Amino acid sequence: MADAHITATTAPVSAAGIVPGGASESLRHESAAMHVQGTASYIDDLPEPRGTLHLVPGLSTRAHARIVSMNLDAVRQAKGVVAVYTAADIPGENQISPVGKGDEPLLAKDIVSFYGQPLFVVAATTRGAARRAARLAVVDYEDLPAILNIAQARENGSPLVWRPMEMKRGDVLAGLEHAPRRLSGRITVGGQEHFYLEGQVALARPGEEGEMHVTSSTQHPTETQHMVAHVLDRPANLITVEVRRMGGGFGGKETQANACACLAALVADRTGRAAKMRLDRDDDMTMTGKRHDFVIDYDAGFTDDGRIVAVDMVLAARCGWSADLSGPVIDRALFHADNAYFYPDVRLRSEPLRTNTQSNTAYRGFGGPQGIVAAERVIEEIAFATGLDPLEVRLRNVYGTHERNVTPYNMVVEDSITHDLLPALARRCHYTERRAACREFNATSPYLRRGIAITPVKFGISFTATHYNQAGALVHVYTDGSVQVNHGGTEMGQGLHTKMVQVAMREFGLGTDQVRITATTTGKVPNTSATAASSGADLNGMAVLDAVRRIKRRLVEFAASHWNVGEDAVRFAPDGVHVGEKVIAFAHLTRQAYFARVSMSANGFYKTPRISWNGDTGQGRPFYYFAYGAACSEVVIDLLTGETKIDRVDILHDAGQSLNPALDIGQIEGGFVQGAGWLTCEELVWDDAGRLRTHAPSTYKIPACSDRPRVFNVELLENAPNREHTIFRSKAVGEPPFVHGVSVLQAISDALASLDGYRTCPRLDAPATPEMILRTADRLRCGQPAAG
Amino acid sequence: MRHDIRFYVGNEYHALASIAPTRTLLDWLREERGLTGTKEGCNEGDCGACTVLVVRLEGARLVWRAVNACIQFVCMLDGAQVLTIEDMRAPDGSLHPVQQAMVEHHGSQCGFCTPGFVMSMVAGRKAAGLAQDERGIDDMLAGNLCRCTGYAPIVRAMRHAMQAGPDHFDAMADDMAARLRALRDGATVDMTGPAGRLSIPATADGLAHTLLESPQARIVAGATDVGLWVIKGLRDLPHVISIGQIADLRRIAATADGLYIGAAVTWQEARAALAHILPQPDEEVFRRIGSVQVRNAGTVCGNIANGSPIGDGPPVLIAAGAQLHLRRGDTRRTLALEDFFVDYGQQDRAPGEFVEGITIPAPAPDTLIRAWKVSKRFDQDISAILGAFSLTLAPDGTISNPRIAFGGMAATPRRATRTEAALAGRKWTEATLAAAREAITADFTPLSDMRASAWYRSTVAANLLTRLYAECGPQAARASTSVHAACTATGEHAHG
Repeated sequence: MADAHITATTAPVSAAGIVPGGASESLRHESAAMHVQGTASYIDDLPEPRGTLHLVPGLSTRAHARIVSMNLDAVRQAKGVVAVYTAADIPGENQISPVGKGDEPLLAKDIVSFYGQPLFVVAATTRGAARRAARLAVVDYEDLPAILNIAQARENGSPLVWRPMEMKRGDVLAGLEHAPRRLSGRITVGGQEHFYLEGQVALARPGEEGEMHVTSSTQHPTETQHMVAHVLDRPANLITVEVRRMGGGFGGKETQANACACLAALVADRTGRAAKMRLDRDDDMTMTGKRHDFVIDYDAGFTDDGRIVAVDMVLAARCGWSADLSGPVIDRALFHADNAYFYPDVRLRSEPLRTNTQSNTAYRGFGGPQGIVAAERVIEEIAFATGLDPLEVRLRNVYGTHERNVTPYNMVVEDSITHDLLPALARRCHYTERRAACREFNATSPYLRRGIAITPVKFGISFTATHYNQAGALVHVYTDGSVQVNHGGTEMGQGLHTKMVQVAMREFGLGTDQVRITATTTGKVPNTSATAASSGADLNGMAVLDAVRRIKRRLVEFAASHWNVGEDAVRFAPDGVHVGEKVIAFAHLTRQAYFARVSMSANGFYKTPRISWNGDTGQGRPFYYFAYGAACSEVVIDLLTGETKIDRVDILHDAGQSLNPALDIGQIEGGFVQGAGWLTCEELVWDDAGRLRTHAPSTYKIPACSDRPRVFNVELLENAPNREHTIFRSKAVGEPPFVHGVSVLQAISDALASLDGYRTCPRLDAPATPEMILRTADRLRCGQPAAG
Repeated sequence: MRHDIRFYVGNEYHALASIAPTRTLLDWLREERGLTGTKEGCNEGDCGACTVLVVRLEGARLVWRAVNACIQFVCMLDGAQVLTIEDMRAPDGSLHPVQQAMVEHHGSQCGFCTPGFVMSMVAGRKAAGLAQDERGIDDMLAGNLCRCTGYAPIVRAMRHAMQAGPDHFDAMADDMAARLRALRDGATVDMTGPAGRLSIPATADGLAHTLLESPQARIVAGATDVGLWVIKGLRDLPHVISIGQIADLRRIAATADGLYIGAAVTWQEARAALAHILPQPDEEVFRRIGSVQVRNAGTVCGNIANGSPIGDGPPVLIAAGAQLHLRRGDTRRTLALEDFFVDYGQQDRAPGEFVEGITIPAPAPDTLIRAWKVSKRFDQDISAILGAFSLTLAPDGTISNPRIAFGGMAATPRRATRTEAALAGRKWTEATLAAAREAITADFTPLSDMRASAWYRSTVAANLLTRLYAECGPQAARASTSVHAACTATGEHAHG
C-alpha cells in the first residue's frame, strides 16, 4: 500500500530546492484572488443573523462641558428604534482605557471631554433609522474651558496624560555651552488621520449563558476581548473575539476598535439580538484618535565641520482627552529623536499633554517618525550653518560600528549600516549630480524651484513594553495532509497571513493549496499581543515555526520507526517526504501517523530574546535589532501657489533576508506614499470650538494616484540577512519605510532654500501644504526668522 | 405613463414600483441584493470603493460609465444595466484581465478599495480614446483612493491590463444592446410610494409642466451634490424629478451663439466640446473636476444650478462669457451667467423655473483664456481658489475686454470688476500687473476655512495674475509656470 503513494508530488521544486512561494520567496497575497473579485469578506459583508440591530453612536457637540441634561425621548420614539443605551446601562465597568488608567469612559456620563465623544448608542432595525434617530437627542451642556492644542495646554498648565520621559547621557548643558557652534529652533509636525478604507466595525452575537462572540475589525483581539469582558462584567472565557481581515489598520485599530466592539456587545447583551456597529466615515473621523502632532524644541551644539557635540530636545505632543497609548507613543518619539545619528551629550524630554480633542493613538511608526523629523531638522540646520551638503553632515554623524555607537537610552547599536547604505543609494540615484542640476535650474527659474534630499532611517524593532514581545500559534495537520495555520497576529493588508502560510509551506514542503490560514480568534490562540510595532511576522512567524517543528518532530520520529530508517533520513521537501530512499506523499505520511495515534496538532510559542527596558530610568536594550533604509526624493515646488510635485524617489531598504520580497516592496511603496502624504497634503483642521473640520475625504486629502512619485525606484538591500536570529533572518517592514516620506519634506525645504541663495535653513514645518510652502517662501523672501 | 423603474443588475431584471426616490444604489445593492462586493468607504463620492459600471445604450452604441454607487439614486438607473464586481468574472469562472493583472502585480493589500479599482480599470478599458500614458491612467484612477499600496502596483497592473485582449463583455455586446433596447419605451415615469414621489419626464416640456405643477420638487440630474444632502444631511426629498435621461436636455450643439450644453449633459460628455473651445481651461480645470466617477454623473448645468461658491465650472464659464438659459413653463429667458448668482445660497431662479442649458460663445480669435485651479491635492479636491481669465491682447500690448472670475473668494462665483478695470485699455506691463494685483485685494475679502486661509486665497489670487502675465504677457517666456506642467515635461523619462 505504501508504494502506491511514492510518486505523489504536490509542489514543483524551485531552483533553490525549496517550494516555490515558500518563505523567502515572492508569493501573492493569500486573499488576492478574493480581493479582486469582491469575495473577500469584511465584517459588514458577513450575512447578518436574523434580527440584527444596527447601532449608531450619539456624539457630543462640545469640546469640554458638563452634561446638564440629556433628553433622549425623541431618539427612543423615532421610527425603527429598538433601544437606546447610556452609561447607566453598562453592567460592568464603563471604562475602556487600554493601559488601565481608568480615564476613558465608553460612554460619557457627566462630563464630555472632546467634540465627538460618544454619549449614547441607538439600536434600530436599519442603519438609516439609527442614523436619523441619533440626531434627535436634546443635550444641555454647561461649557467648561477647553484646551485644544499644544500651545493652549502649555499656557494653561494642562496636566500630562502620562509620566514624562527623560533620556540623557553626559552633561548636555556643558556640552552645548562648550560646543564651537550652537543653534536652537522649533519644528511643528502635524497629526494624521489613518484613513483605513474600511471604517471601524464590529458585529456582536450573544450566545448561551453570557457568551458573547464579537467579530471586530481590530488589530488587538485579546485587548478587545478584555474590554468587552470588563464592560459586560464577565470572565474572559465567555468572550470570543474574531477577525479574518481588516480593510486597513495602520495602528488605527489597535485600541480604537474597542469602542465599537464594546457598544455592539452591550446592545447584544441587553437585547439578546445580534448587534452591528459600523461607523459612518464622519463619525469615525470625529470620534477616533489620530497620529499625535508635536511641537519639538531643539538646541544643538556642533563643530565647524558639522559634527554633533550635544543635543537637547523637548518633544511636546497633543495627546487628546485620555492617555490611550500616548505614553509609549511619545516615548518612541524620544527613542527615535536620534534617527541614525550619534549624539555625544544628549537630553531628550517628553511632554505628553492632555487636550480636549480626540485621544491620539497608535499610527504606523508610533511616534518614531515625529522624532525622526526633528533629528533630520537638526541635521539640516547644521548643514545650512556650516555650508555643507546635508548628506555630508549625515555621514559625519551616523552611528559607528565600534565607537560612537551608543544611543541616548544606552543601547549599543550593533548592526549599524547607515554609513554604507547612504552612500550606496546616493551613488545609485546620482544624488550629487542631480543636486547640482537642481541648483542650476533654480538659478534661472522665477516660479518653479527644484529640491532634492536624501534621508536615512534607523528603526527600533520590538514593543518597548517588553511583555508584548510574545506570540502564540496553533497548527493543525489533518489526516489528508492539509494544514491549518492559526496565530495571534491579524491581517490588515500587510500580508502577515501570507508570510505565515509561507513559513508552514517551507517547513512542510507544501504548496499554497495545502496550507490554509484561518481567521484570528481568541478561541484558538489566547493572550496575544497587538499586531503592531512592525512585529507581526517576527513574533508570529517564530511561533508558527515552533508549532510546525513540534509536529515535524513527531512525524519524523514516527516515520523513522515506521519505515525503519534513522531520524536524520527523514526530510520534508517540495517533492514529498524523503524517508530514506523513498519519497512519499505528505498525505500518506499523515494518514499513517494518524493510524499510529500521533498527535498532529501543536501550539507554538515565542518570546523575543535579549531585550529589556526600564521606563523609569530611560535606559536599557528595548530593541532586538534595527531596520534600516534610505530614500532620496526630488520635488518641484510652485512659488506662485505653493503646490508640490514629487518627481522622483529612490529607496534602498533593509528587510533582512526578506520573507516575501514582493510584499515587502509593497510595504515600502505604500509606506513611503503614506509618509509623504502625512508631511504634505494631509492636514487636520479643528475650529475654535474644538470641532474637527476635516472629517471626511472631501476635506482631508490623502495622496491620490497622481501624487505618487513620477519615477519610483524601490530596491531591497541584497545579501543582508538579519544578524539576529529572527524568522529565516528577515527584518520587520511595516513601519520603517513610512519614514522615507521625510525625504520629501527635506527636499521641499531644499527647494525653498533657493529663495535666499541657500543661506538660511527654511525651517519648514509639516505638513508642507501649499499654504505652508507659500508662507515659508514669504518668510524667506522677507528675511524674517521662523516663528517660535 | 409608467409607474415603475426598470433596469438590470448584472443579468437580473428589476422592475421596482415603490422604492424610495432617494434610495442610494450602494445601500440597495448591499442591503437588499446582498451584493457586498461593492464597498462603502466614505459614502460621499470621494474614495471610489463603491464604484460600479452603468451601461447604457446611446444611439446604437453601448456606453460604459464608472460611477460612485453611494451618490447614485436607484431611480436614476431606469433603462440601464448596472454591473458590479460580482459580474466581472467571465461565465467560465476565469478572472477578467484587469482582475488577473491586479493579482499578478500585487495590486491589493488590504483589498477593501480593490473592487472599486477593478471597476474603474474595467471602465477605463471601455472608454473611447482614453490616453494610455501615465497621465491617462492617473485620470482614470483619480477617483479611487488606496491607503496601502502607494498606487505603484495598481498602475503597473493597469498598464498591463490595457494591453490585454478582449474581455467576455465584448462577446456579449449585442445581447446587452438588445436587452437595453427593449427597455426603451419613451414613457414618462410617475411613481408615488410611502417614501415620496418620483417623476421621470420623457421630455423637457414634460419637465417644465411637472415643475410648474410641483415647484417644490427637487431636480436631480447626476446627484453628485444632492446625493450628499441625502446621505450626509439625511434630508428628505418628498418629490424628486430625475432629468438625467431626458433626450432634449442631453443635447450638445454648435449654434450661431456658441456651444450649447443642455441641462442633462455631464462634465465627461461635454469635455471634448469644451476642450475644443477652451483648451487650456479644460486641461487645468475641467479634467480635474471631481473624478471620472463624478464627471460621469455630475452635469455642467448642475454645477451651476446648485449655486455653490466653490463649483469649478462657473468661474471659467463666466470668464468665457457664458449665457444661461432658464425656463418656466413655456417662458424662456437668458441671462449672463454671473447674474444668476445673487448671493450665498440664492440664485436668480423663480419657483417652477429650471436651468435648461448654457451657451458658451466661441472666443474671438485673439482672445486668451486661462484658468487655474488651486487645491491641497491635485486630483479630486475642492478648490481653495479658482481663477479664470479672458482677455484680448492687441499687437501693441493693449488689453481689452478683460473678464476675470474667481471661485472660492466670495459667497458666490464672482467677477473681479476692479481688477478688470485696472487692466482694460492698459498696456500689459509690470506696472499694470502691479496695479491689477493691488486691485484684486480690493475685489475680494475671502474667508478662512479648512481648505485655506484668507491670506492664502488673497495671495494666490494675485499670484495667478502674475502667472497670467508670465504665460501670456508680452515678455512671456515659454517656460511653464506650474508644477503640473513641469512634471509632465520631465516625468516620463523613466519608470523603475
